[in-house]
Amino acid sequence: MQKVTINMNLLIFDYTLVMALLGTSLLGATAGLLSPFVFLRRQSLLGDAISHAALPGIVLACLITKSKHPLILLTGAAIAGTLGTAFISLVRHYTAIKNDTILGIVLSVFFGCGLVLLTALERYPELQTASIQKFLFGNAACFTGQEIMIIALVALVVITVTIAAHKEFTLSAFDNEFGIINGIAMQRYNVLFTAVLILTIIIGLQTVGVILMSTMLIAPASAARQWTRHIGSMMYVSAGIGLFACVCGICISSMSIHVPTGPVIVFLLCCVVFVSLLLAPDRSIIWKLKKS
Amino acid sequence: MSDAISHAILPGIVIMFLIIGKLDSPLLLVGAVIAGIATVIISELLMNTNRLKKDAAIGLVFPFFFSIGVILISLYTRTVHLDIDMVILGELVFAPFNRLVVAGIDLGPYAFWSTGCIIMVNALLIKLFFKELTISIFDQHLAYLFGFGPTALYYILMIITSITTVVAFDIVGSFVVVALMITPPATASLITHRVQPLLMCSILIAVLSACGGYSIATFFDVSITGCIASSNGILFVIALLCAPQKGLIVKIVQRWRLKKQIAQELVCWYIHKHSHTSEQQHMSYQLGWPTQYTQQVIKHAINNGLLTENNKTLLLTSKGLHHLSQSSLNYQIS
Repeated sequence: MQKVTINMNLLIFDYTLVMALLGTSLLGATAGLLSPFVFLRRQSLLGDAISHAALPGIVLACLITKSKHPLILLTGAAIAGTLGTAFISLVRHYTAIKNDTILGIVLSVFFGCGLVLLTALERYPELQTASIQKFLFGNAACFTGQEIMIIALVALVVITVTIAAHKEFTLSAFDNEFGIINGIAMQRYNVLFTAVLILTIIIGLQTVGVILMSTMLIAPASAARQWTRHIGSMMYVSAGIGLFACVCGICISSMSIHVPTGPVIVFLLCCVVFVSLLLAPDRSIIWKLKKS
Repeated sequence: MSDAISHAILPGIVIMFLIIGKLDSPLLLVGAVIAGIATVIISELLMNTNRLKKDAAIGLVFPFFFSIGVILISLYTRTVHLDIDMVILGELVFAPFNRLVVAGIDLGPYAFWSTGCIIMVNALLIKLFFKELTISIFDQHLAYLFGFGPTALYYILMIITSITTVVAFDIVGSFVVVALMITPPATASLITHRVQPLLMCSILIAVLSACGGYSIATFFDVSITGCIASSNGILFVIALLCAPQKGLIVKIVQRWRLKKQIAQELVCWYIHKHSHTSEQQHMSYQLGWPTQYTQQVIKHAINNGLLTENNKTLLLTSKGLHHLSQSSLNYQIS
């Protein structure tokens, strides 16, 4: 077995590390902020489906524009994600097929199309398809300044919208019909939420990759839920958890040059969830055992 | 759940590989199956604590396992051909080169034998437990009453799914396993709603998509697994649109016909109620329709013999009256 090398030089003033920290903390905070709503609306697997569905969008965008500018790729991902969501709504509206099944279908079929396009893309060696594969696991370690700007912009939009509309998002999670009766345009807020979700996912694709993105949307809220009951504090606690996991994940994975950052962040998030499940006051398992 | 299992078995394989040190051993499959079962059990445990809902539980457990697998791979197995791409995306092209050699006789591709065994086992289980499985899926309480033990059946089903996933994923990679496990039954459910035809239909669709996908892939020289998943998707969309009773096209046509029929009935009913008037403007206002639409409907009704026009007054024919009284809506024809 190879020894894990600890490289202290990478710690504080390294440009790559600072970029990676910036990018992932933005993502962690954003995904964490949005996470309670995803959790409450039981749309955790939707995040997974959208992140897998984004692949053909990325590849098509690359094929059509013959460039790998991150903004173009992300636009492609957003369009594909939107199409996937629209397809899910359509099938759910017109057939009796269960939600999980539709998500699974969209996930695997879109990803399959993306894969076909990817191998078709290999015929154009000037486009260097290997760097599209980074979307599978993210490449937080290789962020450029340009990518950080895009992430920061999208994160700002998402955070602003979420904080501004958090009451309506909460209402739509708990009692959609009540909102409609009271004259609030719930359908528009649902669409807004889905749009914000898609935006978060596509910036997350670059950081933790397709397969692990859904965790960033579920784990912070699952952990935060154990500590608080109020939606306001839940939002900020889960944003904090997301941020913390991303920062620690980057630092830990930077200690060894071989470990990808995405899995480490996800691993940390899940550990936080398990610890919260066990130790949080009032709800957790060990607490209940202690009381009795 | 099968999506989750196909991702979560990665660490099982990696840990087993680290323990036994060989890449070709069937024990790797055992490790994968254990990981799959562990995923199901841990998800169930998390759900049963009532602190998390089902989707959150599954959505936490499998990335946890998967990330452990990826970390282990990148730390410890970099020099070995345990490539992540292979694991997820698979490469069907290599399957024929992996031969099963028993006592010096080349029995053909290993993949053929492993999947053949699994087909036999699955078919046998389904044949033996068909009643029990069907009832447990549709009505768990009834299954309890009959003494079928639905919980045990559920776990058996999950274990078999894990084993099948593992064997399949060895050949084609994890995500197309998901595509093949979920999409053909969904497509078949759009075509039929009885269980046995559903089974047969989904097997047929799966085989069709696999062969079709393979042919397209070899023709265009693209990824085989991707093509198989895509052809599943195409078949699903075709079924969605064209299925005999549940397809979108059929539904849209039905709704359009129903709309026409009800419009004509409404006009007939209106004429019946207000037998003195032929004022089309008044009629459109009362019914809430645009004038042109009202004229169209009246024309159709006259063509169908439900109304007659006599000096600019519209009268209900006996056929029209009969049609109204036969309608499924209660027009209260006295």
